[in-house]
Amino acid sequence: MTAQDHTAQDGTGAFIRLAFANRSFLAGFVITVLIAAMALLSFVWTPYDVTAIEMGQRMRGLSWVHPFGTDHFGRDILSMIMVGSRNSIAVAIVAVVIGMGLGVPLGCWAAARGGWVDEALMRFNDLVFAFPALLSAIMITAIFGPGALNAIIAIGIFNVPVFARVARAGALSLWPREFILAARAAGKGKTLITLEHILPNIASMLLVQGTIQFALGILAEAGLSYVGLGTQPPMPSWGRMLFDAQTRMMVAPHLALFPGMAIVVTVLGLNLLGDGLRDVLDPKLRRER
Amino acid sequence: MIAYILKRLSIGIATLIVASIVVFSVLEIVPGDPAQLMLGMNATEDALAALREQMGLNQPLVMRYLDWAGGLLRGDFGQSFTYSSPVIDLIAERAAVSLPLAVIALVMSTAIAIPVGLFAASRRGKAGDAVAMGAAQFGVAVPNFWFALILIYVFAVWLRLVPAGGFPGWEAGLWAGVKALLLPAIALALPQAAILARVTRSALLEVLGEDYIRTARAKGMPRRSVLWRHALRNAMIPVLTILGLQFAFLLAGTIIIENVFYLPGLGRLVFQAITQRDLIVVEGVVMLLVASVIIVNVIVDLCYALVDPRLRTR
Amino acid sequence: MTLVEIEKLSLSIGATPILKDVDLSIGAGETMGLVGESGSGKSMTALTLMQLLPQAARAAGRVTFDGIDILSASEEAMCRLRGDDIGMVFQEPMTALNPVKTIGEQVAEGIRWHTGANRANAEASARRMLERVGLPEAQFPLSRFPHELSGGQRQRVVIAIACALKPKLLIADEPTTALDVVLQAQILDLLRDLVAEDRMGLLLISHDLAVVTDMADRVTIMRHGEVMEEGETAKTLSAQVHPYTRQLAQSSMHAPERPNRHAASSTTGDLLQVDTVVRDYPGRRRSLWKKTEPFRAVDGVSFSMKPGQSVALVGRSGCGKSTLARMILALDNPTGGEIRFMGESLASRKEAALRPARRNMQVVFQDPYGSFDPRHRVERLVAEPLHLLEKKPSRAERREMVANALHEVGMRPADMDKYPHEFSGGQRQRISIARAIITRPKLVVADEPVSALDVSIRAQILDLFADLNQRLGVAYLFITHDLTVARAITDEVMVMHDGRIVEEGRTGAVLDNPQSDAAKALIAAAPDLRRAIRRKLQEQG
Repeated sequence: MTAQDHTAQDGTGAFIRLAFANRSFLAGFVITVLIAAMALLSFVWTPYDVTAIEMGQRMRGLSWVHPFGTDHFGRDILSMIMVGSRNSIAVAIVAVVIGMGLGVPLGCWAAARGGWVDEALMRFNDLVFAFPALLSAIMITAIFGPGALNAIIAIGIFNVPVFARVARAGALSLWPREFILAARAAGKGKTLITLEHILPNIASMLLVQGTIQFALGILAEAGLSYVGLGTQPPMPSWGRMLFDAQTRMMVAPHLALFPGMAIVVTVLGLNLLGDGLRDVLDPKLRRER
Repeated sequence: MIAYILKRLSIGIATLIVASIVVFSVLEIVPGDPAQLMLGMNATEDALAALREQMGLNQPLVMRYLDWAGGLLRGDFGQSFTYSSPVIDLIAERAAVSLPLAVIALVMSTAIAIPVGLFAASRRGKAGDAVAMGAAQFGVAVPNFWFALILIYVFAVWLRLVPAGGFPGWEAGLWAGVKALLLPAIALALPQAAILARVTRSALLEVLGEDYIRTARAKGMPRRSVLWRHALRNAMIPVLTILGLQFAFLLAGTIIIENVFYLPGLGRLVFQAITQRDLIVVEGVVMLLVASVIIVNVIVDLCYALVDPRLRTR
Repeated sequence: MTLVEIEKLSLSIGATPILKDVDLSIGAGETMGLVGESGSGKSMTALTLMQLLPQAARAAGRVTFDGIDILSASEEAMCRLRGDDIGMVFQEPMTALNPVKTIGEQVAEGIRWHTGANRANAEASARRMLERVGLPEAQFPLSRFPHELSGGQRQRVVIAIACALKPKLLIADEPTTALDVVLQAQILDLLRDLVAEDRMGLLLISHDLAVVTDMADRVTIMRHGEVMEEGETAKTLSAQVHPYTRQLAQSSMHAPERPNRHAASSTTGDLLQVDTVVRDYPGRRRSLWKKTEPFRAVDGVSFSMKPGQSVALVGRSGCGKSTLARMILALDNPTGGEIRFMGESLASRKEAALRPARRNMQVVFQDPYGSFDPRHRVERLVAEPLHLLEKKPSRAERREMVANALHEVGMRPADMDKYPHEFSGGQRQRISIARAIITRPKLVVADEPVSALDVSIRAQILDLFADLNQRLGVAYLFITHDLTVARAITDEVMVMHDGRIVEEGRTGAVLDNPQSDAAKALIAAAPDLRRAIRRKLQEQG
């Protein structure tokens, strides 16, 4: 059993074999790669120009020319979903990077230092958790006006305590371990131990949390854009498309169908990826199966 | 026990104070002169000066904060200039929609999630578990406002069972009010329930692997009784944590969902206030929502002590 | 009359065979000792009897308990047996009780479940049972929660749960392994009395031959899922017919050869001086208005060590010996007093200033699994203390030094490219020692270095420690609760109790003729195989 527990550390080859044997990981991986490919493709090619307004082609249904139909300005919905994915992914990734970049060092520092630093971090977490991303976005918008940047900042700030909490919990469980004591007896300082021993051992937890926050970021961005606090027109975004679809739902329900599906599929893919990663990386859960 | 309660309470109060400073200073750095904003571009210098004096804008920042915070404590949230009425009245009126909505959604989500989690955990690895968790996996991925649109399309546009939106007011009768909140509550509750069900299941499975479960089984208790009598209460600790966090998400969700269903709640109020740059209203609503999140988290902390005797002696 | 009859029991979990053709029988009121090293399948045999095996397990053969065929019994039938006719006590008392239920609830629960007694009656029985296991109502009301009890007290609660309905068979799976020797002796006495009083059969599972010899009427010795030998305790262990039985017995009593004991002359200066060292921990706040009383873990300890000397620090768990070790290793700061290593004070020096001291002072821990970062290769793990050298060795030099260190501890240089999980517990402990000696330290502090190992491996590791002491002249501070280890490998012994050193002297002298109460209690409680066999021979003729 011990041999399997550590397969993840045996090297990339074994990890990949194990990961792709996991159905959840495989499905999530395929979906995520497809969405990412779609976003990248949109930089060089979309079926139609998403800024070209063609009033003659307004709110067409599904057809070979417009597989997902057209919106109230006659824009091709497939093209808009492709371009919109760019936005969703960018906002969510940057927000995760902000969260990890600030949260992980904070969490590790608090765990290594203990005492008042740790207490201060916990209280800071309490404080930020009291401002859900939407409330932060509302405040930021009230000051600077709406825009995609607000969404990034609002979601990113909320991610900070999430990662800080995960990193701190992981690091705290490692510090009393004997191999850390041995490293201290070898004269290594707290920073070096954090870099050499703590971070590599909590990396898998952080990776899993990263995919979860990525998925939540996509949902949050869509929500903010839907209420007009996120990405602004004419830049297409999934949330905004749903807002536009709402008033026209009686006549053209397909307008609401495809952007929503895009969100669901993307988030589902990321969550499956995260679940799969957790199964593969966390020996404790794997043993239960 | 008392020490624990006092500690959590004082942390809650301290968080509230810092949060109020954050809200106050964020809106303080808003570009533009509030007096100018209120009186419009044509106002004379004298009128502006008089208004600034009246609003206390000439006082030092700390004094203004203390004034504002003191007002909050007395229930004085200031005066909205677009509605020309006290902010507290606006909030009270709108909270009559938002609060029931959030509470119904929270109750609904918990009532669905915990039984589903228990069911899945007790049938771990079997078909029932797979179906329930497949549905939950899907539910987690659905944005609540899109789910709301689908509900409107199916139940309001297609089946015509409920109104597509709007709120008749509580004067129209309890049932009419609840009926208008039903779809929004479902839209809010189901995605949250999916998350909670997953957490409940995994917390239960984790607990079921503990040594004391084996001790209970060695007493001769059947699997099912052990799940109810020993596992559930221990599994409630992580579930409570998530429940506390979910309240914040539910409140945020309420703001969005109110816009989908055209409900005259706090969410609509705050968006209108933003477009009209009625910042004192924004400030009030944000402060209220933040405060309720903090209060709920203090309550969750106190519930921990009820569930876990180890906290009581600390 | 036989109570339990196991015939040709085979068990596999998934594709892995666990047990093969195990035969075992227990008579009514008889104590059967089941001995074996880790992985011998002794616990799985017990769990088969309880039918509490992991879901993937498949058993074949015949298991009867009191005339009931266990392997084909329904789950309901097993529920009626468990806790009523068969009780079970587990190894880890700290986690065996539900943290959110009172001890009263947990003891009464089984009584109510099986007898249908009402709450008041069940609680009355629970109270009597707790009283019987040594937890009187006055100090331990039913409303206590597990976290308010110590490990030994919790194990008493688990025993109360298991024995509440006077089962015909009690299974005790390593019931004292997690406890110190004094508690172990108390718990074993309790089990012995309970079994005698109610004429229970007892299946006592242990890795410790001395414990089993002391307790059991008959023994079964298992290895790799098979029964090696079975028979009357006295005869089996005095004759030692089976080679594996002999190997186990000899390993348990093994003392390494150390021809030039106490190599260090008394004229040289002290390597380590500990001077009235005190360590306080902030106490737990009992109430908001009372001031917290600090807890004194180490209370004015003074001693000194010569170069090359091997010293044991023995004491019960919680006596402060590990805290003391940490302060000597400069991993923790004393609240008061001074520690001088090679003539220099360690107190609150900066990490950089500690380097020369650290280079000459390394550590070996108890847990061969927790001692290594699972993500690093052996080369990097063993080389970790090289960080302390003034001059960073080149990669080639580093590999050379690691290869040498591995060679010293009997491992192959090629092992340095593997990960720790590829090694067994004993091999890991060797790697751990290689890491400790790579900088050629003057002092190695070893915190229970062999207590997590099986006896045969333990003997090998003790030999290795002795050998290194002879060849490299490294001094040891052995922290242990196991007096056999102290006797086997140290020249001097210090007995610690409640944060103080209560007795010290030559190891043989102190262990044979203890003066202080704490040392006497420790030595009386320590299991001793020779003594146990002698006593058993008298009993069983």
